[in-house]
Amino acid sequence: MELLERFRAGDLEAFEVLFRQHQKEVYAWTVRIVRDTGIAEDLTVETFWRIYKHRVQFKPDGNFRAWARRIATNAALDHLRHTRQEIALPENLPCAPSPDGAVRSETRDLINRAFQELPAKYLLVANLALVEEESYAEIAQAAGISLSLVKVRVFRAVRILRKKLQSLQAEVATK
Amino acid sequence: MSNEEIKDMKELLKQAVAPVPDTELRRDLWPKMLSRLDAQPFPVHSVPWFDWVLAAILSAVLIFFPGSIPALLYQL
Repeated sequence: MELLERFRAGDLEAFEVLFRQHQKEVYAWTVRIVRDTGIAEDLTVETFWRIYKHRVQFKPDGNFRAWARRIATNAALDHLRHTRQEIALPENLPCAPSPDGAVRSETRDLINRAFQELPAKYLLVANLALVEEESYAEIAQAAGISLSLVKVRVFRAVRILRKKLQSLQAEVATK
Repeated sequence: MSNEEIKDMKELLKQAVAPVPDTELRRDLWPKMLSRLDAQPFPVHSVPWFDWVLAAILSAVLIFFPGSIPALLYQL
């Protein structure tokens, strides 16, 4: 029996083989969304747990990689939705070096804050499209949404970011 | 909103939020996966809630209206 068929039938050894084949890729995708190595590890395990749980829904002639990536994206999105309220300041966000001082650290903090305060579904596409520079098609496939919806969400995310930045700058100016 | 504005925001974000520099997985997560599987085994059968409701209704009918049993058996 083929590996994917054995996995679908609940064979733990087949699942282990698939896990070892795909864990790096799932982790790499997830860490780019959540931007935290520890959380990305937990979410990788969560992703494979969901994969195993819903194995009967997988068609053995289907694309396991794409299926795993979609489940990973959903798991990461669930995480972003649940942690939105808890994030005050993005201390774990890697900041880009600014050798020419083009953007001062205060401004960087404001941008980071505005970025982290985006609603989860906008943060997901904004992060992948604008920071990680993934193609819209790749994001659409991973998130299970249409290409046009990805474009709409990127537009809206940019609009929200602009508004947030303006209000945060006004807030700082009045202090 | 134009593509130019998206491009501007992209540039702004690039200066403040860097892409994740290292996406390499440093350790094998299989042992963690096994612990998760041990901790939360999957239910062998998950019966939908409406099946339980139907079963409860049928039981109530049989208990309170035993005369319906022959009719029910006739229908089967």
